[in-house]
Amino acid sequence: MADERRLWRFHGGMALPARKSLSTAEKLAAASIPKTLIHPLSQHVGAPAEAIVAVGDRVLRGQPIARATGYVGSPVHASSSGTVVDVGPRPVPHPSGLSAACVVIRTDGEDRPYEGYDPLSNYRTLNAPALRARVRECGIVGLGGAVFPTSVKLNVGVGLKSLILNGAECEPWISCDDTLMRYRAAEIITGAQVMLHALEIGHCWIAIEDDKPEAFEALVGACARAVETRIDIVRVPARYPEGGERQLIQVLTGQEVPADGLPADIGYLCHNVGTAAAVARAVLYGEPLISRIVTVTGAGIARPRNLEVRLGTPISHVIEECGGALDSACHLIMGGAMMGFSLDSDELPVIKATNCLVLATGEDAPPRAPAIPCIRCGECAEVCPARLLPQQLYWYTRAENYDHVESLHLYDCIECGCCDLVCPSQIPLVQYFRFAKTEIWNRALERQRSDHARERFEARNERLARQAAEKARRLAARTRALESSKEDPAARQAMIDEVMARVRRKKGEEDGDAE
Amino acid sequence: MRFERTIPPHIRPATSVSRVMGEVLIALVPAAAAHVWFFGPGLLINIVVATGVSVAAEAACLSARGRSPMSGLADLSAVLTAVLLAFALPPMTPWWVTATGALFAIVFAKQLYGGLGYNPFNPAMAGYVVLLVSFPTEMTLWLPPAGVELAADRPDFAATLMHAVTGGLPQGMSWDTISAATPLDDVKTQVGLMRTVDEVRSEPLYGDFGARGWEWVNNFIAIGGLWLIYRKVIRWQIPVAVLVGIIVPSTVFYLVDGGNYPPPGFHVFSGAIMLGAFFIATDPVSAATSNRGRLIYGAGIGLLTFVIRAWGGYPDGVAFAVLLMNMAVPLIDHFTVPRAYGHDR
Repeated sequence: MADERRLWRFHGGMALPARKSLSTAEKLAAASIPKTLIHPLSQHVGAPAEAIVAVGDRVLRGQPIARATGYVGSPVHASSSGTVVDVGPRPVPHPSGLSAACVVIRTDGEDRPYEGYDPLSNYRTLNAPALRARVRECGIVGLGGAVFPTSVKLNVGVGLKSLILNGAECEPWISCDDTLMRYRAAEIITGAQVMLHALEIGHCWIAIEDDKPEAFEALVGACARAVETRIDIVRVPARYPEGGERQLIQVLTGQEVPADGLPADIGYLCHNVGTAAAVARAVLYGEPLISRIVTVTGAGIARPRNLEVRLGTPISHVIEECGGALDSACHLIMGGAMMGFSLDSDELPVIKATNCLVLATGEDAPPRAPAIPCIRCGECAEVCPARLLPQQLYWYTRAENYDHVESLHLYDCIECGCCDLVCPSQIPLVQYFRFAKTEIWNRALERQRSDHARERFEARNERLARQAAEKARRLAARTRALESSKEDPAARQAMIDEVMARVRRKKGEEDGDAE
Repeated sequence: MRFERTIPPHIRPATSVSRVMGEVLIALVPAAAAHVWFFGPGLLINIVVATGVSVAAEAACLSARGRSPMSGLADLSAVLTAVLLAFALPPMTPWWVTATGALFAIVFAKQLYGGLGYNPFNPAMAGYVVLLVSFPTEMTLWLPPAGVELAADRPDFAATLMHAVTGGLPQGMSWDTISAATPLDDVKTQVGLMRTVDEVRSEPLYGDFGARGWEWVNNFIAIGGLWLIYRKVIRWQIPVAVLVGIIVPSTVFYLVDGGNYPPPGFHVFSGAIMLGAFFIATDPVSAATSNRGRLIYGAGIGLLTFVIRAWGGYPDGVAFAVLLMNMAVPLIDHFTVPRAYGHDR
C-alpha cells in the first residue's frame, strides 16, 4: 500500500550528492566463492561468538561454526563448504585496525548445504519466542550497519505501535538497500509480515527516500501482490542523515525519541530492510545469514556494481569480481562517504556490517585542507540533526572542559559528519567529538578505579585497626587470666601445657609444610 | 593491496573562510559605488590606507606569534575589517587617523586576543570607536551628499588625496565651505535648538525617507546584505532583529512625540544602522551563535542604537551598540542553548 501521508522534518541535515547511480547501473549478481573464507567471531554488537569447530573439521554451507555467548550475541555460520584451516587472530575490518579471533575455511567449491534448519513455512502458527529463537540461531543482526542482534531487538514487550523498515539509505555511494528493494522486494514484504507476527502488532512502515523511485515501485508492486494491507510504503524526501533511526522516526511520526531512551519507548521499532529480508530467509527457507548485498563503488573500481557476497570473502576477491581496482584508487572505505571508515588493506573479509566498499580516488576523498580557527559562523548548528552546538562542543573540547561538553549533550552526537561538511574553517569536528567521548569515558573509568582503590585502602585500614584492637583485647584478657591463676598452681600448669601443645602443633604443621 | 587512510567524513566542505569573507567584500561593492557617487573618492583612499595598514599589522602579528603570515592573510578577514572601518570613516580622513583605527582594530582588538575567531569585540567597530574618542573633530567632517549646493567646488580626487596625505586643503578651499554635518548630527543639534523634526527635514540635506545620498548608500548596503542572506553567507536573524530593534522604539516615540523624534524611516536610512545590521553585527566571531541568541543580540543593537541616537551624546550609536552587545554575547549564548533532540527543555 502506497500512502501519501503527512510527513515531518528533522532539524538540520543536508542534501548531499548521492553518487548512487554509479553502482546501480548494473544488475545485481552473485560473487563467486573464494578459495578462502575468513569469519571473524565478533561481527555484531555484544559478546564475541565462541568457535565450535577445530582445525581440520569439515563444514557445510550454513553450518554454525561459532555459537553465541550471552543474550546480546550472535552465532557465525560457514558461508560455503570446506575445511577449517585456522582458528585464531586475524586482521578484521575495524576502525582500530586490530586483529580478532577468526575461523578460516578453505572452500572445496562444492558448496554443499547444511540441513540443520527446517523451513518454518507455517510461521503463523508459531509464537514469538520460537520465531526469535530462529532469528537468533540463524545469526541475523542489523544489516544497516549497526549489527545489533535482531532477536534481541524483536523482544521489546508490549506497547508497540508500528514497525518501521528503514530503506532510506541516505548516505552517498551506498546502494545495497536500493538494490535489495529493486530485486528482492517480495522478500522484504515477507520479512515485514514475519516481524509483524513476531511482534504481535498490525502496522508497518517502509520508508524510502524519494531518489529511489525504482525501489519504491518494486515494493509497492510486491506489497500489492502479497495482498498486504498492514504495510505503508512511504516516500520520504532525500536528506542526509534521514536513515538515522531517530531522524526517520521524527520524519514519519513527528515525535522525538527521548535522549536516554529507545524508539520502543514511544512505540516504534526500526529495522533495516536488509534485516527484514534476512529474517524472511531464515524463517521461511531455514537459511542462516551467510551472504549480503555489498555495494562496490567509487571512481577507483573498474566495474562499480552491487554484488551478493558470501560473508568471509576477502575484499580483494570482491574487487577482482568488479574488474579490479584502478591505479587511481588510493583509499578503501567500508561504509559510505560520511560515516564509513577507511581500511589499510584489502586482505580483510567482508563481514555482516559491510554494506559498501568504496575504492576512492584522490578526487572522491580529497585531502583535508589545514584547519583554521573557528569563526563561530554557526553553520554546524544549522545542520546538526541532534540540534547540538558543534561549535561550542569544539570550543570546550579544546579547552578540555569536559563537564561543560557533557552538559551540551555530547553523547547525543550521532557522528553523522554534517558539521564537518559545512565548516568554512575545515575543522574535523567529528574527530574532536570522538576524542572527547573516549576521553570522558576514560576519565570516568579512571575515577571509578581510583574510587575503588580508595575504598579498598580505607577498608584495609579499618581491618588493620580492628585486628589491632582485637589483639589488644585478647592480650588484656590473657594477662588478666594469668594474674588470676597465680594463686592456683594446677590452673597455671594447665595453661602452660596448653601453650606448649599449641607450639608443638604449630611446629608440626610447619614441618609438614616443609616436606 | 595497501591503501591510505582517510578520516570520515570523506568528502570535503565546499566552503571556506576566504570564500565567506570574499563574498562579504563583493557584497559591499554596490554600496561603495554609491558612496563614491555621493561623497566623492574619499572612501577609496580610506580603503587603500586601512587595508594596507591592516594587512601589514596582521602579517607582523602573525609572524611575531610564530604563524605563517600568508595563510593567515589568505582568510581575507583583515581586508574585510579594513574595508568596514573605511566605510565608517568620513570620506576626507587624514591617513594617520585611518591608520590608527586600522592598527588598533587589528593589533589590539583582534591579534592580542588570539587572532581570527578569538576576538570578543568587532575589530572594525573597536577601531572606529577609538577614533571617535581620539579624533572627535576629524570624525565629524563629512561632505554633504552630491546634489546639495555648495558655496565652493567639491574636492576632486587630487584635493581628497592631498587632504588624506597632508591633512590640509588646497588653496581657496576651506572646511567651512565644503563640509556639512551628517543628518543624524544635524537633527540632534536642531532639535536641541527647539526646532521640530519636520522643519529640519525640509532642508536640502534630507531625502525622500532618510537623508539625501545616505539613503541610497543604505539601499545598496541592504541589497548587498540581502544577497548575502540569499547566498547563505549570513542568516536573516541578526539583520532583521537589528532593524526591528530600532524601528519599534523609533515608531513608538515618533507617534507619541513626532516633533522631537524623527520617523522610523529616517532612522533606518540614515547613519550606519544598515551597515551595522547586515555587515557589522553579522560578524560571526563577535556575535551570538544560536538563532534565538542572534535575535536577542540583534534586537539589543537596534535598541541601543536608538537610545544613543535619541538621548546619547553621539549622533550615531551603532558602533557603541555593537560593542556593548559583544560584551553580552557570552551571557546570551549561555541562556540560548537550543533544546537538543530528545531532551526536555
